[in-house]
Amino acid sequence: MADGPTRYIGMPHKRLEDRTLLTGGGRFAADLSAPGQLHMRVVRSPVAFGRLRSVDVREARRLPGVVAVWTFADVERIPPIQIRLTKIGGLEPYQQTVLARDYVRYVGDPVAAVFAEDPYVAEDAAELVFPEIEELPACISATEPPREFMPETLPGVSSEAACVTKAYGDLDAAFAAAHEVVELEVAVGRHTGVPLETRGALAEFDPAKGTLTMRGAAKVPHYNRGQVARMLDMPDEMVHLIQGHVGGGFGVRGELYPEDVLVCHAALRLKRPVKWVEDRQEHLMAANHSRDQSYRLRAAVDARGFILGLQAEVFSDQGGYVRTHGVTVPDLSAAMLPGPYLVPAYRADVHVRLTNKTPAGTYRAPGRYESTFARERLLDAIAHALGRDPVEVRRVNLIPRDRMPFDRGVDTLGTRVVYDSGDYALLLDKLLAYLDYDRLKQALAARRAAGEHVGFGLGYFVEKSGLGPADKAVISIDAEGMVEVVTGAASIGQGIETAMAQICAEVLEVPIERIRVVHGRTDRIDYGMGAFASRVTVMTGCAVKAAAEALLEKLAGAQVGTPASAEGWFRADHMTYPYGIHAAVVRVDPGTCAVHVERFVVAYDIGRAVNPMLVEGQIVGGAVQGIGGALFEEFVYDANGQPLVTTFGDYLMPTLAEVPPVEALVTEDAPATQNPLGVKGAGEAGINGAGAAIAAAVDDALGRPGAVTRLPVTPIRLHRLLGERD
Amino acid sequence: MTSPHDKLAVTLAVNGRDYRIAVEPRRSLADALREDCGLTGTHLGCEHGYCGACTVLVDGVPVRACLMLAVQAHGRPIRTVEGLAGDGPLHPLQEAFRDEHGLQCGFCTPGFLMLAAGVLEREPDIGDEALREILSANLCRCTGYQNIVKAVRAAARRIKEAAGRG
Amino acid sequence: MKPAPFSYHAPSTLDAMLALLAEGGEDGKVIAGGQSLVPMMNFRLARPARLFDLNGVAELDFLRAEGGWLRIGALARHAAFHRPPCGGPTGALLAEVVRHIAHYPIRQRGTFAGSIAHADPASEWCLVAATLGAEIVARSRAGERRIGAGDFFLASLSTALRPDELIVEVRLPILDAGWRTGFCEFSRRVGDFGIAMTAVALRVESGVVREARIGVGGVEDHPARQPAAEQALVGQPVAARAFAAAADAVAGAVRPMEDLHADAAYRRHLARTTTRRALEQACAGSGS
Repeated sequence: MADGPTRYIGMPHKRLEDRTLLTGGGRFAADLSAPGQLHMRVVRSPVAFGRLRSVDVREARRLPGVVAVWTFADVERIPPIQIRLTKIGGLEPYQQTVLARDYVRYVGDPVAAVFAEDPYVAEDAAELVFPEIEELPACISATEPPREFMPETLPGVSSEAACVTKAYGDLDAAFAAAHEVVELEVAVGRHTGVPLETRGALAEFDPAKGTLTMRGAAKVPHYNRGQVARMLDMPDEMVHLIQGHVGGGFGVRGELYPEDVLVCHAALRLKRPVKWVEDRQEHLMAANHSRDQSYRLRAAVDARGFILGLQAEVFSDQGGYVRTHGVTVPDLSAAMLPGPYLVPAYRADVHVRLTNKTPAGTYRAPGRYESTFARERLLDAIAHALGRDPVEVRRVNLIPRDRMPFDRGVDTLGTRVVYDSGDYALLLDKLLAYLDYDRLKQALAARRAAGEHVGFGLGYFVEKSGLGPADKAVISIDAEGMVEVVTGAASIGQGIETAMAQICAEVLEVPIERIRVVHGRTDRIDYGMGAFASRVTVMTGCAVKAAAEALLEKLAGAQVGTPASAEGWFRADHMTYPYGIHAAVVRVDPGTCAVHVERFVVAYDIGRAVNPMLVEGQIVGGAVQGIGGALFEEFVYDANGQPLVTTFGDYLMPTLAEVPPVEALVTEDAPATQNPLGVKGAGEAGINGAGAAIAAAVDDALGRPGAVTRLPVTPIRLHRLLGERD
Repeated sequence: MTSPHDKLAVTLAVNGRDYRIAVEPRRSLADALREDCGLTGTHLGCEHGYCGACTVLVDGVPVRACLMLAVQAHGRPIRTVEGLAGDGPLHPLQEAFRDEHGLQCGFCTPGFLMLAAGVLEREPDIGDEALREILSANLCRCTGYQNIVKAVRAAARRIKEAAGRG
Repeated sequence: MKPAPFSYHAPSTLDAMLALLAEGGEDGKVIAGGQSLVPMMNFRLARPARLFDLNGVAELDFLRAEGGWLRIGALARHAAFHRPPCGGPTGALLAEVVRHIAHYPIRQRGTFAGSIAHADPASEWCLVAATLGAEIVARSRAGERRIGAGDFFLASLSTALRPDELIVEVRLPILDAGWRTGFCEFSRRVGDFGIAMTAVALRVESGVVREARIGVGGVEDHPARQPAAEQALVGQPVAARAFAAAADAVAGAVRPMEDLHADAAYRRHLARTTTRRALEQACAGSGS
């Protein structure tokens, strides 16, 4: 248009979001206030499992400044929180009510809500609420035999909520033909996203319009709007969810939680704005945990290490209830376990079991961080069993380029898994060349010979991105040539405003400074899928492209300065599958049993990058989270189900001092075939294989193949491991 | 003498302006800045001193605003992220964070900016190792830190160059 | 995560502070830097009814070498030790140790004497006090007494200080140039509470250890000197073998705590490592 040819896609454009955030102008949930607001404080169960007999709220109600104290009796009409994804039959009994009804099922389970004029007073009052709980023995492991979920009120309902099975090929024939059978039992500990901003919400009811507005939304505002409306018996269009700034998502934040529904209900009932800001201790025991899976793998392999068949039994610790994700994590674990390898015969059974820990959901690369760890441990075990090089064993198994698109033979998230494009061997070659692999190995061998405990490891993985079914964007241009892009996406800090503006600017050929991107507002657009599963750049990005093209068509031949508006849709039946390799060099200090990550490299084929700076940012940040899960972060429980990790003094997210500079080797060799931009997602690239690579590197450093069977590799575990040898 | 619920008159001198507020003794400096002064750029990520999102400068040195009471800051010069640039162009640290992609969600950013500002003002020639040690005081969950380090180093260079010209 | 209510008192003189402690020391709590106390109050694990703020008592804000002692006033902050506060091995040790205390912003507020009063088993300053033989100067309206560090730390968060007493000063002996000092700590992340740490001071003549002070912290419920290890070292030449023997003596003597991050066996292993490394550091480059 006016300003001549422009090029935005593929450029490391600086972010449009930054100025506001850098000057303290961000509006995060806790930054919002409304006149006359009340503050909610949730009273949580101090025990892991027990029969909730009564809740004494009399003293709390008497405290000056307290307006209301609710227990289940006050919210009994509100149905339990429904499952959003991967709905399968029979999960209904496991859904969570917004306040505990008959039982408490984890430490942190909400049993009452206090509403007061001041947050300090709300906390004072919460201490005066006394639940009477008959404590029962807690179950803290998904590998224990199932028991009754709520024995008195739901007799016969098992704590194994589901078993997800995925299978193809002739497994019996594979094992019959095996040169060798390799077996392995490994586990990934419980950890999660832990965004730096805790959850929070501000709900307001406008009696004049009859509308309920909740600010502080994230991730899936449109879906949650529908759920809040349903649960509170209101029409969809009378409920608005609005997203401000979001201090990190990572899969955890923005799902519908009990507290969101409580603030909305309270705003309606108490006729005053109601604000809730979670504290960090609550966050660590109430927001979704993740991972916590155990794998038993059996592989039939031929003499070269080619996997003829793979059989997996997996135990997924769901915690106290089944939340909005349903069986998403187990489903992805089972679907993505075969990864980049041919694996002609396969069966996985994932047992989804309820325990008395915080309910679990998704965390960045859900089901893949775990399954990649298990699979890559298996590849290393195969290499060791056959006396072959781990890299060569992987090469033997990689799906060749000429088999693309490759039908994986399984479904996940309601779509058939068909790897759209990829040259897996090429990326491996590029990584090895980048590392100067032979020299690196020699250098490490020399250091080992000199007494150091250093080692190298890698993990190969396939990612998924661009989950459908559809996304919509509306683009308008006004008389001054200012452009507004309205999307149904959500920003969780990943830079989507910039990426969407780049796509729009490229198509419209207008300077990016003239573009404003709106997201996360149910009052501005009627359709939106939010931000999860690395979907935004693909789905929303292509919708923006379509809308921009539609707008150009409308404007063809029109006078300059003609205002116009157009909408665009993008639909996809299949996801698109980027892939990558993580490589780590570590040093183990036997004196302290600490693992130091000296180098961390992420090789990743993105298909096509909209903004390489943002892609690299996603990769580096994800890698550091991955290192956290591999070495530091874990929610530990005692035998009674008491959480031992409820502060940042014990939940050990890496600081700058614990991580090396992460090297990102981003390639664009396999553009997506399913979308017009050729883009694939970047959000989960950095984290997926981190546990696998670090585990392999620790084995190598110790000279003990297969030593690491569990993440995180904490010093106390490493000490026990080293002690076994003494 | 006083009841715990009696409010105390406190003057917070923030970014060159006096805020006369009345607070309970137990009110944290962070809450007073956010709720009583309306300066919500100072974020609370943990309220027990680990994350550093609430880092502000008191008497020119970086401190955790969640671990200081508002009454303890009475009359002492305080600087928050809102005062870093004022109304003018961005502070070199802010510019560098943007240029180096040193932020994603932006929640930890004010704390890192104030930590770095406090350090660079006191030790403009700080070495890499010492700088990394100090920056390990704050948590970031998005960036993986390396662009934050790059940004602070770049800002340190810019500040020195500007001083050299001035 | 907000503290329970308390009343606030900010005296400007030591006498006024001691008067407050005399009348209400039991349910009151002194706050200096507050970097340990305020988190405990935010978690409501500590809930004093009255808070006595020491920060206005300017007469306690000092740090100086005098008469063979380093005199550390109750308001001397950790950050004051970023550069050696006195010459010789004592100053060097303090400047090394301070880098392990939490993080830079915490060190701007937290105080040396506050750490001593708090008596966390993993406090670096408590370990230094125990190892070097600090004197803790406690004052109340009834008078002043000096308590040796060996008698001061009783257990985790428990000291010989009486409710009406205030630590007005901690005194550390300034070691002469014949001494060498070393310190080693292991924590999960930089700045975290140490799981094990060792501070050492050795007087070495002609390559032979003549006197040894070895203290271990973070391992038992309070930091303490390790007589067996000290005896193992005295009279020995400065050499790896002697260090290993002393480290083994520590490992054999400690009765380690257990927690989330370390069981007893691992802590014992760490204590051996930190002791050996602290000794190596003390003697590094000494050319035995």
